[in-house]
Amino acid sequence: MEKFTNIKGIAAPMLTTDGNQFSMMINVDTDMIIPKQFLKTIKRTGLGKNLFHEMRYDYDDNEIKTFILNKEPFSKAKVLLAGNNFGCGSSREHAAWAMLDFGIRVIMAPTYADIFYNNCFKNGILPICLSEDVVKYLAEFALKGEEFEIFLKEQSIRVSNYEVNFEIDTSSKNFLLEGFDDIGLTMEDSNLIDIYEDESNTNLPWYSL
Amino acid sequence: MTQPKTIYDKIWESHLVYQGKDGSLIYIDRHLVHEVTSPQAFEGLRLSDRFVRQPKKTLAVADHNVPTEDRSKGIEDEESRIQVEALRQNCEDFGIEFIGMDDLRQGIVHIIGPEQGFTLPGSTIVCGDSHTSTHGAFGALAVGIGTSEVEHVLATQTLIQKKSKNFNVQIVGRCPEYITAKDLALSVIGAVGTAGGTGFVIEYSGNVVESLTMEGRMTLCNLTIEAGARAGLIAPDNKTYEYLQNRPMTPKGELWESALKYWKTLPSDKDVHYDKTITIDTKNLAPLVTWGTSPEDVIEIGGNIPIPEEIEDDSKKNAIKRSLEYMGLEAGAPIKGLKIDKVFIGSCTNGRIEDLRDAARILKDKKVSEHVDAMVVPGSGLVKAQAENEGLDKIFMESGFDWREPGCSMCLAMNADKLLPEERCASTSNRNFEGRQGRGGRTHLLSPKMAVAAAVMGHLADVRELDS
Repeated sequence: MEKFTNIKGIAAPMLTTDGNQFSMMINVDTDMIIPKQFLKTIKRTGLGKNLFHEMRYDYDDNEIKTFILNKEPFSKAKVLLAGNNFGCGSSREHAAWAMLDFGIRVIMAPTYADIFYNNCFKNGILPICLSEDVVKYLAEFALKGEEFEIFLKEQSIRVSNYEVNFEIDTSSKNFLLEGFDDIGLTMEDSNLIDIYEDESNTNLPWYSL
Repeated sequence: MTQPKTIYDKIWESHLVYQGKDGSLIYIDRHLVHEVTSPQAFEGLRLSDRFVRQPKKTLAVADHNVPTEDRSKGIEDEESRIQVEALRQNCEDFGIEFIGMDDLRQGIVHIIGPEQGFTLPGSTIVCGDSHTSTHGAFGALAVGIGTSEVEHVLATQTLIQKKSKNFNVQIVGRCPEYITAKDLALSVIGAVGTAGGTGFVIEYSGNVVESLTMEGRMTLCNLTIEAGARAGLIAPDNKTYEYLQNRPMTPKGELWESALKYWKTLPSDKDVHYDKTITIDTKNLAPLVTWGTSPEDVIEIGGNIPIPEEIEDDSKKNAIKRSLEYMGLEAGAPIKGLKIDKVFIGSCTNGRIEDLRDAARILKDKKVSEHVDAMVVPGSGLVKAQAENEGLDKIFMESGFDWREPGCSMCLAMNADKLLPEERCASTSNRNFEGRQGRGGRTHLLSPKMAVAAAVMGHLADVRELDS
């Protein structure tokens, strides 16, 4: 996997609006992110054009002009902002692949669904947890088309003259910074797996097949 | 004295290859594979010149893409056909058992695991599918994983995990008639919320959970992911053992006896501490349906659709408005009486034999409403055969239901079975997300009994009134 370096780019906020007030869209699910008709691929690439397909295109496949990713400058967004429980639903990693293929490298939301959160790291996408208030505050900068800068090593986000830090556990951070191949790393410990299997064959033999 | 442990703690500890500060390596006893989330994992293995560490602990079946009508001509859709064929080829190349479309055992991955006795108490089970939580009904630690993790498990038979917290959901009281495991699950999701279980493993307990059949327990555990928890489990008991004994892949003879002894040590210790606990009293529970586009949008069949203006939180208020518009609903109106176009009985949530018996018992001698297109998709070939033995297929067909071949079908509409824009469906499946059953389609989740009531009445209806 490619190493995660600092990211600089446009941020697209996923909003639900009602008159003058807006809020971050909650429960953005993986069916929304990449509908099932695009899961028939046997590749990881090429899904970017179908990201948020049903929100992005009408029934005749014309762009829906009001959708954020169809507006300039957001069509080149590298950052996505959203509400609570982002990525809920299906385990489909196609959701992360579609994001990556579109160019999204950072997501900012208060909370994420577990499986999606994991899938992001495996694909070099950084999902940042921030409070609802901070996400909404950042969304106002995003709407103005201001460029966001994300410094993973320093765990900070900078936009205009505003700077905010974020939390992330050390292993996930290093995983992105180093672009680790986690299967390769686990295989370096294959002697430990051998030992586990030997012991398990004796202690828990009913699970052996 | 040692610290009391939950069943989750015990399974976790017995599967630790090593414990790390941020992530631990746990051993995986059983890996289920299907055609949609595995091709890229096998491709990854090939590119890195890796092989499957334990092919015998891996079982594969095609379910998401398979047609539920005439299969004599194979799969018509080219992409679907390629994906299913890729799975067959990958299994052949890597030495994995593949249950093909023409095999009687073929079916939804979460239905065939328990059926074959692949699912065992105290084991760790993974599958590239979020509804893997189903297998927790047997007291297994079963989690859904992404494709990169599928590749990791194929190559190493292990998974890097962080330990979750323990969440006890107690379901107690006297459960009224017509309340099914589906209603219990929806009521849990309604109470916990779709993110309330995030970071937790849920253990279901209480007299109502104990009284559920294995099939009911599977329905309950299946929907755990809709409350945000990756795994849900129930302590094994005699029902669990009776269900599993003599299944094709369960241990036999002395090995079974020693397994049994071990499994009896699995239930959570007395006085164990849970990080979170809720109690649901079923005494006054009515059959439930969802009105919106999130599984937490649950109301009683006699209830009214929410009014956004009454909600304080802006993001929730806006989400409700969006859902109402998508679902074509009027705020404050009763949910009962809402006209439906389609009925779907099936899925890994409600596609087992008891679900079909439940539905057929209510349906017998009644007709599907003229404007309703209704279908039953058994969860597996064995469920289908059993239903046909019992004559359930005739009850369904004589009433006007389509009787189909097994698969995931209209639960996620990857095959030909889908809703058209603005079609409204009473569905026993697990997700009512926008577009889930077909673009623009409107899904109301409910139990098989309630699905039959909707089919017969032609609108969302109270099964208690229909059947009395």
